[in-house]
Amino acid sequence: MTVNRGIVAQIAVLAALAVIPLVVHNDYYLHLLILALMWVVIGSAWNLLAGYTGQVSFGDAAFFGTGAYTAGLLVIHWGWSAWWGLFFGGIMAVVIAFPFGWICFRLRGAYFALATLALNEVLRHVATIWESFTQGMVGIMIMQSYISKLPYYYIALALAALSIIIIRLVMRSRLGYYFLSIREDQDAAESLGVNTHFYKMLSLVIAAWLTGVAGALYMNYMGFIDPHVVFSLHDISIMAILVGIVGGVGTTYGPAVGAFIMVLVQEMFRTAGFGYIKAAAKFTDVQFLISASEQLTKGHALGFGILVVLVIRYMPNGVVGDWGKLMIALRLQKTGRAK
Amino acid sequence: MDLFLQTLVSGLLKGGLYAVIGIGMTLIMGVMGIINLAHGQMMMVSMYITYSLFAYAGVDPYVSLLVSVPAIFTLGLFIQQRLLNPLLRAETILPENQVLMTVGVGMVLTEIMRFIFTSDYKSVRTSYSSSTFFVGNISFSVPLTIDFLIAILMTAALFLFLIKTDLGRSVRATAQDKEAAVLMGVDSERITYITFGIGSALVAAAGTLLIPVFYLYPDIGGPFTRKAFVICILGGLGSAVGAIFGGVTLGLAEAFGATYAGMEFEDIIGLVIFLLVLLFLPGGFKRITKV
Repeated sequence: MTVNRGIVAQIAVLAALAVIPLVVHNDYYLHLLILALMWVVIGSAWNLLAGYTGQVSFGDAAFFGTGAYTAGLLVIHWGWSAWWGLFFGGIMAVVIAFPFGWICFRLRGAYFALATLALNEVLRHVATIWESFTQGMVGIMIMQSYISKLPYYYIALALAALSIIIIRLVMRSRLGYYFLSIREDQDAAESLGVNTHFYKMLSLVIAAWLTGVAGALYMNYMGFIDPHVVFSLHDISIMAILVGIVGGVGTTYGPAVGAFIMVLVQEMFRTAGFGYIKAAAKFTDVQFLISASEQLTKGHALGFGILVVLVIRYMPNGVVGDWGKLMIALRLQKTGRAK
Repeated sequence: MDLFLQTLVSGLLKGGLYAVIGIGMTLIMGVMGIINLAHGQMMMVSMYITYSLFAYAGVDPYVSLLVSVPAIFTLGLFIQQRLLNPLLRAETILPENQVLMTVGVGMVLTEIMRFIFTSDYKSVRTSYSSSTFFVGNISFSVPLTIDFLIAILMTAALFLFLIKTDLGRSVRATAQDKEAAVLMGVDSERITYITFGIGSALVAAAGTLLIPVFYLYPDIGGPFTRKAFVICILGGLGSAVGAIFGGVTLGLAEAFGATYAGMEFEDIIGLVIFLLVLLFLPGGFKRITKV
């Protein structure tokens, strides 16, 4: 009956997420949740390509940025609603991904990873230099459709749920087995008659489509993009990898867990514990706390980097992948204390 | 014609330093089989060391080579021993974990430097920073010419080390066939530390040499990491001779691109070459030079 329990748990989580905005009226927390849900989509897409198909991408920002720019350019050049971007953004990302994959899937492992990185860089430079079309470094600014965060929240939630459903369906079907066989041993898969090039393309196209849609959502939600935000190597491509790794590579829910952890951790460092340390410092007037909160805010990216190193060093399979290991460690600690 | 020659000269001079950066990365690639995406960041740290020595103690950048190179060598040893090698033993789905670790290391190094020195642009302006001499109508930048000569010396010394010494032979043996090398009694773990150290030391030297002519800020590492792997791909991963060709080619391509296509294309050119080589000459110049 584990399957039923699994479904119940999923529905419970989804219901809880759907109810949250009705209970929490704080815009700031909703903003964080929207970002986390967006990262669920991107992380899941990365995970499909890297975790399941074994083709590690260092350039997810290429698809994310394409989606975001599609939405933005529709507004400034043709006067369409940016919401069309949710439809066309995904398609444009696929249009970019298709020839890229067609050519670059001849490369393997680290070479492919570097090619994706190069794609990311090339697109960022194009978006910067082609000023007549993309407005270059000025970026694109549009009016958001809603002042309230609720509509965005539910759209992001729907997308996140959709991406997880898609990945579940794919991985349960015949396709999933082909993907896994490519990850485990490409040559063996090929020799057994799996058209590896075709299935790698398929995996890339699905991943690019999801990432592009997430990019379009970002444009709609944030209302402003420029090449260094949406084509950012560190803030998008590396973050996508971290979401996947922290949560658990090659697990369905890993990226979802990873997305929430990473967004919260990043924000915690940036705001020095959501501003609570600062508040505590003001309240108690302890000198140590004041300087601690200041240093933490100043070094937020440093803390983030150290976290990355520690996670890869001690939990290479992520929270979901190493869940058993984590539990054993916790239990050992408990029994150790009891003794 | 003068413009052409001038571009050629500045491209060659820059290419010499790029070659040193590329050799460092390609050595690590050859022995470890991974791409070190913290390579440019190591260079950035070395540049900050040089900058601090110059700003607070007035040490000439060329003298501070004696400090920055051993310091980054040690840093490289530490990273390899404590952070990268343990990952080899971990059971993971993705073999790329080590590469991701170098990304993390790069981030940490960048942020430490930003924490200490802030994001402001720094520069080391020595008396000879902008001095030039002329051969015919072609101007040569004095620091870049000295750098070029030092780069050649270092490359020659490295090749001597790799070909003549016992340790160098062990490094090459490990790169060629790790298991066979272990069977012949090579301590491959030790070789990995040393290689990572040497690769880092080379890029550290390049950083120190570049600083009289470059601005310095914490994010300078990223672009140089990208240049380094473009060079490696051009030369063929793991090939030191190829890296020299790759470095010079990239230097020339950037110089000609900047002169004839426009400054803003300088960064794209490297990447376009990178994609073209991956497509049409996978394996890089190694396929032609066979070394």
